[in-house]
Amino acid sequence: MIGIVNYNSGNFTSVFNTINYLGYPLKEVNTSFDFEDCTHIILPGVGTFNYAMEQLDKLNLLVPLKQHILQNKKFFLGICVGMQILAELGNENGNCNGLGWLRGSVEKFNFNGEDLRLPHIGWNTLESIESNVLLHGVNQQDPSFYFVHSYHYYPSDDYSYNIIYSNYGYNFPSLVQHENIFGVQFHPEKSQENGKILLKNFCELV
Amino acid sequence: MIKKRIIPVVLLKNGQIVQSRLFKRHQVIGSPTAVVERLSNWSSDELIYIDISQHQLYDLSRDDLNQQSFSSIQEIIQQVAFKCHMPLSFGGGIRKIEDIDMRISSGADKVTINSLLYDKPNVVKEGVRKYGSQAIVASIDVKRDESGNFIVFKGGKHPLSVQLQDFVTQIVDLGVGEILLNAIHKDGTASGFDIELINIVVDLVSIPVIALGGAGNWEHFSEVLEKSNASAVAAANIFQHSENSYYKCKEYLAQQSLPVRFSSKLSNQSKNL
Repeated sequence: MIGIVNYNSGNFTSVFNTINYLGYPLKEVNTSFDFEDCTHIILPGVGTFNYAMEQLDKLNLLVPLKQHILQNKKFFLGICVGMQILAELGNENGNCNGLGWLRGSVEKFNFNGEDLRLPHIGWNTLESIESNVLLHGVNQQDPSFYFVHSYHYYPSDDYSYNIIYSNYGYNFPSLVQHENIFGVQFHPEKSQENGKILLKNFCELV
Repeated sequence: MIKKRIIPVVLLKNGQIVQSRLFKRHQVIGSPTAVVERLSNWSSDELIYIDISQHQLYDLSRDDLNQQSFSSIQEIIQQVAFKCHMPLSFGGGIRKIEDIDMRISSGADKVTINSLLYDKPNVVKEGVRKYGSQAIVASIDVKRDESGNFIVFKGGKHPLSVQLQDFVTQIVDLGVGEILLNAIHKDGTASGFDIELINIVVDLVSIPVIALGGAGNWEHFSEVLEKSNASAVAAANIFQHSENSYYKCKEYLAQQSLPVRFSSKLSNQSKNL
């Protein structure tokens, strides 16, 4: 059972529709009880770091998330802001504590004077698709996914996660994995065939 | 590396897809959901729907064409979003924050706003605060007058006294995430984009600019990508003319070694669907 957390994030419907399209049993998760029969949890995300943390707190979802992902080791996929809040700290509109499941912080792109536009909107490629299980079968000729963001994850120096990078001015983490926890900065639910392949790979994890 | 986006614009009028010329004449060409399936199969980068209905009337399906009928724009968005695995922007008829709420909750990723920029800038700010910059696209209608000056128009019809440069600066300050720059003197003319206009706006802002108005052939697209720093090129009519026009456009641009998302393998498969 794939649980999709609904905490008033703008892309909940798109993620739900795509998993539904792929044909996996799925449910909307917005209470502690809803997590029980889920084997996989997807946390969508659009908007700001602070707003996402506030909403999860308000709906009393922080404790069950921790219990089911960190203790019960259910498979977890955070999308966009849903990936960003895995970090310890967010720095969008002032500092805000994240879930802290990944070491590091989330900060704005820093181009050092290079003339690049923000938000980083559009289709960008992944630097490699061989080394993560979620990317098996992604189009090699065109490993592109749809991105929309101005902030990204900065892992702390001593991390030991599986990280796949994309380039916008410099290399930034677009996919991160730590054990059962996956995060993607891009939107697989909006990335057509490549996105469907990634989500299918996630739903098939055992 | 980030790719330049090629974006089909779909015009909706009273629940049907129409073609437009110089913002005046409209010809019905199909149902709102048929186009999305077609373009989704061809790996379109994104889709922009603009509802240009003058009245809140959507249930005008043509029984003779066996078309699905829709009772509201909300139903259209839900149906389109359900079939669409690509970024989706909806514009037209947005007057208050509840209009933005409804479009986003129905499955739109972004809203494209125009009149609101002039009439209710505070609602624009509220939308940005609620959904983030990336969800709010500012559509700017600009017309070149007989002496070559650029005039900002509201809703494509009403000229304003504000200077283009001042206006662009003002709307960027509202926090919008992108600009959809619509050269209305080029609408439906197929005579090429107004490169000078695109460059003026692109150079003024640090957010992505989508160029719209004037596409008549594939060279027009490459001209924008070569001569300006626009982040995306949008067009309406040219993608409605023939069955696989979007694929052909991408194929042409890829052959010119322009940075677009194109995979012959994927697209060939999709083409045969």
